[in-house]
Amino acid sequence: MATVEICHLYPRELNIYADRGNLAVFAHRLAARGHRLRIVEVEPGDQLPTGAHLYYLGGGQDRDQLMVADDLRGTKGQRLREVVNGGAVMLAVCGGFQLAGHGYTAVDGTRMDGVGVLDADTIGGPTRLIGNIAIEAELEGERGRIVGFENHAGRTTLGTGSVPLGRVITGFGNDGASGFEGAVTRRAIGTYLHGPLLPKNPWLADRLLEWALEAAGTPVSLDPLDDALEIAAQRVALRRMGLTA
Amino acid sequence: MTLAASVAIARGLGWLSRRSGRGGGTSAPGKVLLRLHPSAIQLLSERLPEGTLVVSATNGKTTTARLIGAVVAAQGWPAIQNFAGANLLSGIATALIPDAGTRQAPEIGIFEVDELALPEVAARLRPRVMVLMNLFRDQLDRSGELERIAERWSAMIAGLPADTRLVANADDPSIAALAGDRPGTIWFGIDDPRMALAEVPHAADATRCRRCHTPLRYGRVVLGHMGDWECPGCGWSRPDRDVGVTEATLDGTSGVSLEISTPEGVVHAELAVPGVHNVYNAAAALGAAVALGIPAGRAAAALAAADAAFGRAERVRVGSHDLLILLAKNPAGANTTVHTVMLDPEPLHLLVALNDQTADGHDVSWIWDADYEPLLERLAGVVCTGDRAYDMALRFAYAGCPRDRITVIPDVSAALDHALADLPEGRTLYALPTYTAMLRLRQVLVQRGAAQEFWRDR
Repeated sequence: MATVEICHLYPRELNIYADRGNLAVFAHRLAARGHRLRIVEVEPGDQLPTGAHLYYLGGGQDRDQLMVADDLRGTKGQRLREVVNGGAVMLAVCGGFQLAGHGYTAVDGTRMDGVGVLDADTIGGPTRLIGNIAIEAELEGERGRIVGFENHAGRTTLGTGSVPLGRVITGFGNDGASGFEGAVTRRAIGTYLHGPLLPKNPWLADRLLEWALEAAGTPVSLDPLDDALEIAAQRVALRRMGLTA
Repeated sequence: MTLAASVAIARGLGWLSRRSGRGGGTSAPGKVLLRLHPSAIQLLSERLPEGTLVVSATNGKTTTARLIGAVVAAQGWPAIQNFAGANLLSGIATALIPDAGTRQAPEIGIFEVDELALPEVAARLRPRVMVLMNLFRDQLDRSGELERIAERWSAMIAGLPADTRLVANADDPSIAALAGDRPGTIWFGIDDPRMALAEVPHAADATRCRRCHTPLRYGRVVLGHMGDWECPGCGWSRPDRDVGVTEATLDGTSGVSLEISTPEGVVHAELAVPGVHNVYNAAAALGAAVALGIPAGRAAAALAAADAAFGRAERVRVGSHDLLILLAKNPAGANTTVHTVMLDPEPLHLLVALNDQTADGHDVSWIWDADYEPLLERLAGVVCTGDRAYDMALRFAYAGCPRDRITVIPDVSAALDHALADLPEGRTLYALPTYTAMLRLRQVLVQRGAAQEFWRDR
């Protein structure tokens, strides 16, 4: 039995798209395999713990994201880059994805700096990209389909230091044009998919947990669970996008 | 075209719509009227001698408008009201179309108004009273973020005629921030210390000061982010209440008894609708009475006459069973529903219906911000239904509900049958639907002769 430590960054500021659903999935899927989970919450002004195995960054409203960007400037952002370089896992969703990249330039030209864990940069677009989305993802050679909902004004483009999380099957993705969705550098993942992301995508949830267990010094291949509801939920979501499962 | 001719055409259309069985015609006639005569709303509303009153909020619009309807009826003012759900410009225009018959001439208009439509509606109606109740996260994919509604409302309030009287919820810091500087505002709130939650719920939306962004401090949280708040940063705090509920006694899932302090003294009220959210609705209705110059005692006595609006704590008899329908369309509303259901001490049987149509919001992630967890200790079984029934089932599964207590039946009619078949004699089935799922459930009940079409429900 291992204990996985998750550092939940800014749970009060960045939680707009039901991010706690992702945390609930981590907790239950670890418990079902007999592992323990410890969640450390980090607020503005707190020190960043460097010993966590997975760092979670959600999305927030504009004003809260600016405050968080301010808090991440300097040593906290530096430490985040270091822990990811050291093998820690990171999941950054929606606004968190933008913050995990180099930053966000709004339509009026104002710039919000990110931490640069991902080689991704975002500019504000004239319209919001909103709707159900399905992607074909690839992580370390393994493929899986991921469904979710996206709602973002930002258009994100990737540099050579990140690869996309997947290709868009239906929906907008990073910028509505490239056909790419998300970004991956080492074991840091950024994505616009919420819904929340993990309940309907147990394949992705278990890959992230295997990485986190590896970071905790317990590399394992997780046993499958009874995911009948999860699979059915994903199938319904795909069908409502006009896709077959 | 003259106003009279435009009205005649629009009225004929509504009559045809009902006659052909295509529903109530609650919006289409108004749409036609506005196309034929764009200033119809201004002109028709000016004919009402007591003016108009608008109610807006994320949650509680329909029930509050209904309570205020009972209050003005007690005052002897014939009122026109829009149908629940038809709360955009077109629904209000439809309501303003005068009856062809000999009904008493209306004296006042009572309208519930969609949050986004409110600025446009207010510009046309120039209402005598505007009741602002709460702002919660709702349908993010439709409205943009909460901030944007607050900004639009702020601009709207700045442009209101000087003689429009605001009735505002002192317990909601977002509303207090909007209405704070306007003289003559009537503030309402809940002052009964027993109405306190143990902590601020997860879905709380306004936990930072709107003026200086410091986290607010709560002496008491009553519902969502509403309660007795103050800002330790700038010292700003909950406005003094003109109408304050000093005692609220919840009578299970059937009603509430209230003692309410008003400028005219303490009054007593009985409500036929349950739950703490309806305590806010009742306080808002009394605030509206004060703004309209209706004696508080008369208004309080009238509240008991208001029954539930369709789908809002609506009790329906199905065969030998009781069904209580509690609309739940956003996290704050769902949390309130959960608290109301928990007032029943028996093991709980639930039918939870989740749709993702436009009126529900295409994004169903909000169910993860609602707290269903308190139900689990007494949950006998939950049947999940609707377009996104499996998403709802996952929500309960990851809340910790044993999977063998979760049944998924996407078809609403079949799900209702299953849930009723499992229900022990004498127990109530609690239905928690989103908006379009509620309409679908009621359609099933109407087909079975258990309920009336919603457009017959005024």
